[in-house]
Amino acid sequence: MFRGPRVSELLNVGAAVISFAAAIPLTVLSADGPHHYWANYILIDMLGAWVALCAAIVYLLASIYAVGYMRLIGEDAKLWGFYALFALFALTIFACVVMNDAGLYWIAVELTTLVSTFLVGFERAAESIEAAWKYIIIVSAGISLALLGTVLFYWSGSFVLGPTYQMTWDVLREAAPKLNPHLVTLSYLLVLVGYGTKVGLAPMHTWLPDAHSESPAPISAMLSGALLNAAMLGIVRYLAVADGAGIGLLARTTLVAFGIASLLVGTLFIVRQNGVKRLMAYSSVEHMGVIALGFGFGGPLGVVGALYHMLNHSLNKSLMFFGAGNIMRSLGSKDITSLRGVWRLFPVQGALWLAGAVAITGAPPFGLFLSELVILRAGLSQSFAWAVYIMLVLLIVIFVGFLNHFRVMYFEPEGRKAAARVSAWCVAPMWLSLIPLFILGVWWPHAIWDYLTAVARMLAGAGS
Amino acid sequence: MLTAQLDPLAASLFSLMAIASLVLAFVMLGSRWLNNYLYAFAAESWIIAALSASVAYYGGYPELYLIALLTALFRGLFLPFLIWRIMRRLDVSRELHEILQPSSALVVGALGVVFALIVAYRIGDSIGLASRVAVLALTVMLSMKLIGFLMLAVRREALSQILGLLVLENGIFLGAQILIPGMPLLIEIVILFDLLIIVACFGVLIQYLVANVGSTSSRDLKRLVG
Repeated sequence: MFRGPRVSELLNVGAAVISFAAAIPLTVLSADGPHHYWANYILIDMLGAWVALCAAIVYLLASIYAVGYMRLIGEDAKLWGFYALFALFALTIFACVVMNDAGLYWIAVELTTLVSTFLVGFERAAESIEAAWKYIIIVSAGISLALLGTVLFYWSGSFVLGPTYQMTWDVLREAAPKLNPHLVTLSYLLVLVGYGTKVGLAPMHTWLPDAHSESPAPISAMLSGALLNAAMLGIVRYLAVADGAGIGLLARTTLVAFGIASLLVGTLFIVRQNGVKRLMAYSSVEHMGVIALGFGFGGPLGVVGALYHMLNHSLNKSLMFFGAGNIMRSLGSKDITSLRGVWRLFPVQGALWLAGAVAITGAPPFGLFLSELVILRAGLSQSFAWAVYIMLVLLIVIFVGFLNHFRVMYFEPEGRKAAARVSAWCVAPMWLSLIPLFILGVWWPHAIWDYLTAVARMLAGAGS
Repeated sequence: MLTAQLDPLAASLFSLMAIASLVLAFVMLGSRWLNNYLYAFAAESWIIAALSASVAYYGGYPELYLIALLTALFRGLFLPFLIWRIMRRLDVSRELHEILQPSSALVVGALGVVFALIVAYRIGDSIGLASRVAVLALTVMLSMKLIGFLMLAVRREALSQILGLLVLENGIFLGAQILIPGMPLLIEIVILFDLLIIVACFGVLIQYLVANVGSTSSRDLKRLVG
């Protein structure tokens, strides 16, 4: 009975609504201090709750969208498997976010890869299988570096804490000032490169454009808006340990360097891109670079900006992938040059998608403008001015390059008629992501500002 | 700290096993036949199991006997069996288009070991490690990592890439037995199971590769670029 396509999509949407409804109280619960459950294996803190909220929003939007989108694919018989994996994927992401033990966090991240590989390859075309294979090989290899880093962190802690201890984030941070700085440097760099592979920081990003462009559109949104943040969380938590161990400057400079590299790679490939979903994928590389810069700059402004950027990017990138999926399905092509006349053929969703494109390049009046502005200010106040100038130039180039592709799609004369119309299931989530994005752009609620500054204090106070 | 108060016999036993598994990694690097890789991997896993057992005996960590047993079962028997099944189905017996000749790969691998040794010595110096076993374990850990990445980089066959990943994991596991024998049991067991799931996933994916791409060599995976 659970294998019916309509039943399974309903179950998935139900699960998403429940996770969203559960994620909001989590933020309230965590506001009065971290909570530990299950013999200290589960941690609900403000940082984790925020990332969980971003993931839950994307899961909700993507599962609504999937109802309409997956019906277009016409594989009803296999849909139950798709939705089972979809829900499991969301579950593994939530598991990453709440893991208190660094070793178990690693395992949760690894599990997200294994589950999502089959979602990436779901359509079984040669391209999607190729993308899935590259995804699992590159990410598993990368993440094994993170395992080595985790083991070395444990080893460095064993000089202080004895041979057997539970390596929770708090324990690591408290022990940090007594750890050997050389060993912590080596371990931190391994962890950064390892989880950086999963985040899609350049030059370890190579799996990302393939996986994001070949998976079904709702999965692309999940990968980009939820998974990358969950992996970034690990880097942020280790960064706090590195700060405590007195190698903060080195740790931050490497993170900033990866951020700049990601922005640069993102820019170059955005300007000369022809695949519409690959364009969105490289934009994810770019935005992960921006978030890495925010955390790398540090200080209250940097952390607040990066966390706000996470939320905005999750909303906005979902919108972009939904729009891309709709247009690709309707016009039957993946290439920007053959997707033309969008404006005339789809006035309403075309307008939504265009507004999203303006937003994702960081233009006002949308949320990403505010968060990028805060990150830029953070960099100036933290003596990373060189990175700020590079970032500014690259953001301007991206603005021009990205919107030029939209000019081609919207205003060049069309070549073909729309083949299929998409249902309201596919358009509603675009509204649901654009409206909050606009609100967050014109009004930064005080509650959110206070919440994010509290996270920043938590991360900064960790070392002392 | 286990490595601080070892008796000489245990120290030399640990060193012997660590070096033996490094040599087996070189066997994998220097061959182009897939079944050689597989035998070397299985032998390496058995050595790691023996190492766990001897750490359990000399270090007084009885729970490591369980790990030794599970390592022998999973890494030594079950994983090679899974890979052997994939190999038999695929009808691929050797690496056809290596980027680097096995002989050159050996030289590069040796350079990797030298690099790992330098890093391990510097770390060892800064901690003030008395025992050479810990430095050796760190060296083997890092060099197996480098050799695994080298195998991933210069081999094209899907099976070689899986085995390359498994060498990466073996290196970490081996080092962890010597450096941090006290690591919580739960984590070690979960990582072992995780490995099984990974290989099962690879098995399914390889079937898809054969069915939908028509090849298991990453030479033919070049539809997605740019």
